[in-house]
Amino acid sequence: MAHGEEHAQVTVLPPNKEKIKKLWTVAAILGAVTALEFLIAFTMSHGPLKTSIFIGLTIVKAAYIVGEFMHLRYEVKVLFWSILIPMIFVVWMLVAFVYEGIAISGVR
Amino acid sequence: MDSSTAHAPGRSEWDGGVSPMGVSYGKLMMWFFLLSDAFTFSALLVTYGLVRSSHDAYTGAVDAFTFSQAYWPIPERVYEAIPFFHGLEAPLVFVGIMTFILIMSSVTMVLAVEAGHRMDRKAVEKWMLWTILGGIAFLSCQAWEWMHFIVGSETGRAVAEGTTFFGANLAHNQYGPPDFAAFFFFITGFHGFHVFSGVCLNFLIYYNTVMGTYDRRGHYEMVEKVGLYWHFVDLVWVFVFTFFYLV
Repeated sequence: MAHGEEHAQVTVLPPNKEKIKKLWTVAAILGAVTALEFLIAFTMSHGPLKTSIFIGLTIVKAAYIVGEFMHLRYEVKVLFWSILIPMIFVVWMLVAFVYEGIAISGVR
Repeated sequence: MDSSTAHAPGRSEWDGGVSPMGVSYGKLMMWFFLLSDAFTFSALLVTYGLVRSSHDAYTGAVDAFTFSQAYWPIPERVYEAIPFFHGLEAPLVFVGIMTFILIMSSVTMVLAVEAGHRMDRKAVEKWMLWTILGGIAFLSCQAWEWMHFIVGSETGRAVAEGTTFFGANLAHNQYGPPDFAAFFFFITGFHGFHVFSGVCLNFLIYYNTVMGTYDRRGHYEMVEKVGLYWHFVDLVWVFVFTFFYLV
C-alpha cells in the first residue's frame, strides 16, 4: 500500500446488528425455499402443476433477492415500477411462447 | 415524481441539482443496464421454453427412463454426477451445491455493501474477498459440469445401428434431441460469462477498496453498484436453475 493512504479521515461506524440479522434471515428464507424446491423435485411427478409450483417459488426467491438484497423495495416507487412493469410483460411473453410451443408439438 | 426529492420553495425539480428517482446517475444506469440484460436472458429463456415445449416430454416412470432423441430428457437423470464420486448417482446434488455457493456469495456481497455504508474498509475487504471466492468456486463447478456433460455418462445412449453414443459434440448428444445440448451450453455459458465478468469487476472494486480509493472518495457506492450486478447474476441463476434442472 502506498505511503499516506491511511491518512484519509474516515469514521467507521459499528455494525448495524439489526440490518445484518435481517439479511441473514432473508438468506435463510432463500435456503428454505430452495430446500422446498428440492423436496418437490423428488416427490412430485412431472407435469404442469409441478412446473407452476416451481415457477411460483422461483418468483418468491426473485422477489426477496430484488426487493431486499438489491434494495428495490426501499427505492422511490418510480424506479420500482420501471423495473417491474417490463418484467411483467416478459412473463406474458414466456407464457405465450410456451403455449405456441405446445401447439407446434401438436403439429410435429 | 415530487415525492422523490425536496426542493426550496419557488424552485422546481427542473431547475436542476436533483437526481431522477432519488438515486445517483451511476446507480440508475446500473439498474437500467440490468433491465436490458434481463431482457437478453428473458429472450433466451423464452426461446428455450418455446423449443422445449415443442418437443415431446417423457411420460413414463422416472426409474424406467433411458436417453432418447424422441423426447426431452428429465433433468434428474441427466445431472446426477458429482466430482470425485465417479459412478455414484446423486441426482441434482451438485447443482444444489452450486446454487448454495452462488446464493452465499450474494449474501457476502450484501454484507460488503452494509460495511460500505459504515465506511468500514476492513469489513468491505473481507466480504468482497469471500464474494470473489464464491464466484470462482461457482465457475469451477460449472466448468466441471460442462466437462462431464461433454464426456458423457457410463451408459451413453443406444443408437439405431447398435452402437452407443457417449457425451456431446456439436451435432449430437447422448441425453436427448440436439436442441437439449445447444440450449444447455448457450444459456449456462451466457450466464457463466456474466459470473466471470462479475468476478473481474468484483476484483477491481476489491483492489480499489484496498488502495483506499473509496475512503478518499467519502462513500462506498461503487460497492453497491457492483453488488447490484452480482445480485442480478445470482437472480439469473435462480431462474436458470429452475428451468433447466427442476422443470
